[in-house]
Amino acid sequence: MIAGLAVDVLLAAGSLGLALGVIRARRVFTAIALFIAHGLLLALAWVRLDALDVALTEAAIGAGLSGVLLLAARHRLARGGSERTTEAPGRVATIFIGLGCACITVALGYAVLALPKPAPGLAAEVAANLAATELGNPVTGVLMVFRGLDTLLEAAVLVLAVIGVWSLAPDATWRGTPGAPWPAVTDGPRALLARLLPPIGIVVAVHILWVGADAPGGKFQAAAILAAMGLLVWFAGLVRVPPTASWPLRATIAAGPALFMAIGLAGLAVEGAFLAYPEGLVKPTILIVEFVLAASVAAALALLVMGAPSRDAPP
Amino acid sequence: MPPLAATGSGLLPMLAVVLPVLAMVVALPLGARGAERMTIALLLPGFLLALGTAIAVQSSGAPAIHLLGHWSPPLGLAFRADGLAAAMLLAAAIVIAAVALFARGGFGVRSGAPETRTAFAFWPLLLALWGGINLAVVANDLFTLYVALELLTFAAMPLVCLEGKRETIEAALRYLMFALLGSVLYLLGVALIYGSAGTLDITLLSGRLGLEAPVIVAAALMTAGLLAKTALLPLHLWLPSAHAGAPAAASAVLSALVVKGSFVILVRLWFGVLAATPSLPAMQILAGLGAAAILLGSAAALAQPRLKLLVAYSTVAQIGYLFLMFPLVAGMPDSETAAKAWTGGSVQAISHAFAKAAMFLAVGLMAARVGHDRIADLAGTARHMPVPLLTFGLAGLTLMGVPPSGGFAAKWLLLSAAIEAGQWWWALVVLGGGLLTGGYVYRVLSVSLTSSGALAPPAPQPPGTPDAIALGLAVLSVALGFVPLASFGLVQVGRMGLAP
Repeated sequence: MIAGLAVDVLLAAGSLGLALGVIRARRVFTAIALFIAHGLLLALAWVRLDALDVALTEAAIGAGLSGVLLLAARHRLARGGSERTTEAPGRVATIFIGLGCACITVALGYAVLALPKPAPGLAAEVAANLAATELGNPVTGVLMVFRGLDTLLEAAVLVLAVIGVWSLAPDATWRGTPGAPWPAVTDGPRALLARLLPPIGIVVAVHILWVGADAPGGKFQAAAILAAMGLLVWFAGLVRVPPTASWPLRATIAAGPALFMAIGLAGLAVEGAFLAYPEGLVKPTILIVEFVLAASVAAALALLVMGAPSRDAPP
Repeated sequence: MPPLAATGSGLLPMLAVVLPVLAMVVALPLGARGAERMTIALLLPGFLLALGTAIAVQSSGAPAIHLLGHWSPPLGLAFRADGLAAAMLLAAAIVIAAVALFARGGFGVRSGAPETRTAFAFWPLLLALWGGINLAVVANDLFTLYVALELLTFAAMPLVCLEGKRETIEAALRYLMFALLGSVLYLLGVALIYGSAGTLDITLLSGRLGLEAPVIVAAALMTAGLLAKTALLPLHLWLPSAHAGAPAAASAVLSALVVKGSFVILVRLWFGVLAATPSLPAMQILAGLGAAAILLGSAAALAQPRLKLLVAYSTVAQIGYLFLMFPLVAGMPDSETAAKAWTGGSVQAISHAFAKAAMFLAVGLMAARVGHDRIADLAGTARHMPVPLLTFGLAGLTLMGVPPSGGFAAKWLLLSAAIEAGQWWWALVVLGGGLLTGGYVYRVLSVSLTSSGALAPPAPQPPGTPDAIALGLAVLSVALGFVPLASFGLVQVGRMGLAP
């Protein structure tokens, strides 16, 4: 009890301190490092709240991939050199931004404390209907069955995001290799990690994907880990990414959402409602969708971090 | 309210959402040429789905409902196409069809030609935007509506900077900042509403929420977020540069449809989710901002030296009219006056969609042929480009609210509802806005109608298909005014917040 309270206090104080550090940091690199640490602490907070699925997602996407994205952006900006940097907001703007954030924080705090207790929710109803989904993990039940539409559309938004990012490339290079190329490194920590970690990471990702049906885990967390492994190899310059013009690359990104929608439409034809799964085959259908979706989401996430094909890409 | 039950016609709006999104995903491996052909092939089925929804809703007098996977809310998700949704589906299908056919000139890919960056991006973005606007008007769950906002934002933002110029990329980034801030605020509010009521289904929430602290904070956050996306003054700062900098076909859908998506969600929030919460003071504030947008936006349009910026500021002003309906409907929801204001707001959204799409397309044609869009140097345009100028003028009639036009019907309904409700000051705003609109439309026409000065005019060009498409949209925006007002009864079907 006391130990739990002490952990909670430490987590709360630590995440506040780190958040303050992100804002106060003078160097971009420091701010990003603190941001990643903040994300990991938040993941621990979710663990304390018994929300393991959220904790996994926060660690993988909130801290991991977002952190890598920010680091890659910093690297790209630093190499640009002459690129214009935005000047810091003036004193008046800073005060207004601070006041606005403070108002929202106070209002949110007040509102959260005034929420009804016990919190109304659908957990009991999800548990009562979980048997029909043939799944053991209620979170997967919500994401793939009860609110499958939202998951499907979010997967489609990832495809849209890739198209949007590629559209930002210069006309001359847009069909080239995504991102700026990294020089190959043969020794040092980057090369070592790029050889050591991926086999472990791939096993962990497949495990998280497989157990997602019945335990915390699932495609988004698995996809984030897979994407991170791919990026690690990419940062070490050990792999050539296919150009954006490549048909297999594009098909990989689109396959998951397209399959999910095709199964949704099959449900319409057979069962009379979009995303109605065939009775008795719910779990295998969902597992197939999850595996293909994980591959597509992993590819999309990695490509989003790599960014648009750049001017300095090799011809 | 009782939970929703599925209707047979519910699969029409469901397919209207799913097919464009599926086409967007498949467009990536197909490439630009395949994406273009698929988009063109989808235009007619998409229109028929919207038309079918409207006919089903009108004839049954009840919303068309589809329960996803047969799961009914609160556990599952529902699509609910009421009259307003059906009308918006139709308007979106028509505007998208016109813009797609228009855009074949600029973004079309001939067989064997290499895939260009702009064509590769334009067609999937257009499809995503179509799916997004359809989802925003038929989804009945607050989180699904968040996904609709994401689809709209991530389709609209790359369209803004499709030409890749530095200033358009800056405009797109500013738009992205406003839009993402709006998304975050909206999502925070959604979480608070779930914490208060344990469901996100609009029909189930309707009448359930009282004046508690979390609900008030949620309403304030969500409204602020949606206003940033709708670009209501003072959160309009991103709109002029973004809408004026995009290619003509993109500007047309951005101004005609994207800002309407978040507007419809705002209507669902206040007249669905918060139907039982007393809200007249908040409604007066919204309409006050709308009035400021009408007057300041029109005045700014009057002062613009460039044609595209003038049209963009005109959007800022015309969005303001949409918000006049809020206090007029909220005053006495069950009255004839409220019904009038509701219809007025809906007709304004639709007639502005047609008129503004027509205007941006026409202005794009003029700018492309003259090589610039400086209003002062447009002399002689009337002789060389009569059709785009006629299009601009007709669309201008609707924006001014001159009879007979769709804009006149909308503004007349709002004006008479304001007088009936005893809120005559909104009527003055409608009249003043009409005068200012007349001013900026006249400014363009008067210069264009003078014979050209010293500069040698470009050779007269025969009007082509793009000219006809833009003119068709403008004619449609005027023709809405000839539709007997009673048939606008469609938008009353399934209105929420009425006494049972």
